[in-house]
Amino acid sequence: MAQYILKRFLSMLVTLWLIVTVTFFLMHSIPGSPFDRDGKEASAAVVQNMMSFYHLDKPLGVQYLLYLKSLLTFDLGPSISHYPTTVNTMIDRGFPVSFQLGAAAILLAIAAGIALGTVAALKQNGIIDYIAMVLAVIGIAVPSFVIAPLLIKYVAVKWGLLPVASWGTWKHVVLPAFALSVGPIATIARLTRANLIEVLTQDYMETARSKGLSPARMIIKHALRNAVLPVVTLLGALLANVLTGSFVIEKIFAIPGMGKYFVDGINNRDYAVIMGTTVFYSALLIFMMFIVDIVYGFIDPRIKLHRKGA
Amino acid sequence: MNNDALLEVDNLHVSFSTYGGEVKAVRGVSLRLHRGETLAIVGESGCGKSVTARSIMRLLPKNNSRITEGSIRFNGRELTRLSEKQMRDVRGSDIAIIFQDAMTALNPTMMIGEQLMEGVIRHQRLSRTEARKRAVEMLQFVGIRDPELRLKQHLHQFSGGMRQRIMIAMAAICSPAVLIADEPTTALDVTIQAQILDLFRMLQRTTQASLIMITHDLGVVASIADRVNVMYAGQVVESAPVKELFRNPQHPYTRGLLDSIPRLDRPRGAKLDAIPGTPPDLFAPPKGCAFAARCPHAMEVCGLFPPDSVKLDGEHTVACWLQDARARTMPPQGPAQVETASASQG
Repeated sequence: MAQYILKRFLSMLVTLWLIVTVTFFLMHSIPGSPFDRDGKEASAAVVQNMMSFYHLDKPLGVQYLLYLKSLLTFDLGPSISHYPTTVNTMIDRGFPVSFQLGAAAILLAIAAGIALGTVAALKQNGIIDYIAMVLAVIGIAVPSFVIAPLLIKYVAVKWGLLPVASWGTWKHVVLPAFALSVGPIATIARLTRANLIEVLTQDYMETARSKGLSPARMIIKHALRNAVLPVVTLLGALLANVLTGSFVIEKIFAIPGMGKYFVDGINNRDYAVIMGTTVFYSALLIFMMFIVDIVYGFIDPRIKLHRKGA
Repeated sequence: MNNDALLEVDNLHVSFSTYGGEVKAVRGVSLRLHRGETLAIVGESGCGKSVTARSIMRLLPKNNSRITEGSIRFNGRELTRLSEKQMRDVRGSDIAIIFQDAMTALNPTMMIGEQLMEGVIRHQRLSRTEARKRAVEMLQFVGIRDPELRLKQHLHQFSGGMRQRIMIAMAAICSPAVLIADEPTTALDVTIQAQILDLFRMLQRTTQASLIMITHDLGVVASIADRVNVMYAGQVVESAPVKELFRNPQHPYTRGLLDSIPRLDRPRGAKLDAIPGTPPDLFAPPKGCAFAARCPHAMEVCGLFPPDSVKLDGEHTVACWLQDARARTMPPQGPAQVETASASQG
């Protein structure tokens, strides 16, 4: 197990390095620089000073090496458009907010998705099943940036149930978390339904029934655990979905999270912010995938054996 | 003899509805099981032996199968009329079943201990500690070493024979009065088969449970059964004590089965006797004897009327016109009708 973790850790580092490299060069290939906007031209001398302050006057290769060097000390550098705020500070401020939003969305997606999928599977080909699956298709097809304004219009503005935007109390979390989780709910529901229908026909379900167990225990103890295994696999991908989705949702609901800094960073060609947030999110995602793999081993005991051989 | 029967099945009919129509899988099966007795049900694939077993526990899927006729009495209690909820109290507690392939019949992601314990917790209201103690005893009983450790393991950590032992421990943990074993040795290799049969014998000696052994292996029948029911096309065609059946088989199908066992004392290169033809189509079962089309002794009457069960000496009964004196006095029928009857079976 320890050996497996070490191996995974090393490959995680390599992955991260590849992401840093690709992002760095892609970013610099976007036309424009951080200092040419708003029509208010700074004097050439000022620009020159700024360029040398951020090492932007050096050759790209040197800039890249300098960035890697500061990255090794976990220093993501100062923001160009919000100097003297550093990217590390931005993450300190923005991430807790994004994390709350993302965690709420993921938890909601897991709970609602599995519940919906289970009900649909148990009432297979019944009216509830059809309604749930039509809703799921809509959920997958309609992007969150369409759902979000609709939620704001009806729930917040027309009915006045929840705040329109911004951040603060739990009431502010509900709408954005829901908008963010609609897609994942639908995906999880469909997957759970399909798996559960298959699991219910397995021999061990008949064994469970032959022991006189109640339907509730059969479903919860015997069926669901096997049915949600593929859902756990999917969680890694869903996490990426929720993280990237949150950029848009944070923008729509004016939530002061990481997503807002990231989108602003791209608009401003704020190289340090783009790099910093990308590296941070990549590291987070890679780490979450790793956690998912470990969790998978706990839910499905058969997995552990394969690792020893690997 | 009949009044001390623990389990009595009378004239059981079970049908499945499929896209192709209604399959009459079990057509009038009757059987009696006494206390402490081992009844073997033999027959080829699709003859209805597993369906009979599952009907007794009412395990067949509700959406496409139905007990259309007949009664199943356990301890004088009519099981066909129990609600699903009442039936849950019977399953696992009074009657338990052992399936053929423990690899698929046990849950791969649950600890073995959990699967063993949940039955006793449900039926005997034991605490978890007591249930665990009971599970350890059962594992020890079926011959699994280090039971404490093994309880925490999962299915993939056991060999095929051990899995079947766990399956047996699981079925026997509530000390059911009736154990149904549905081809329990079919998925195992021969040496393990012998061990598992020994285990069944030991289990019966200690618990006095009655056993219904479903198998297509006459070797298993000979080594464990007290009485044998031979099934063909959803019906019991012959029933006899095991020695009587092997010594004096009366139904042509039973004889065919016994003749088709490979034997070492035959000359080399001798052809193995097989029963020609295939079982009838159960979407439209023949109106006469189901075996008539394959029977070397078929008479006119066989294709026209189903034979009644005839009682020979002792407990030997057989459903065959050859044993029925009335066959001679049956009203003569046109040969054309006999031909259409047998043609519809092919």
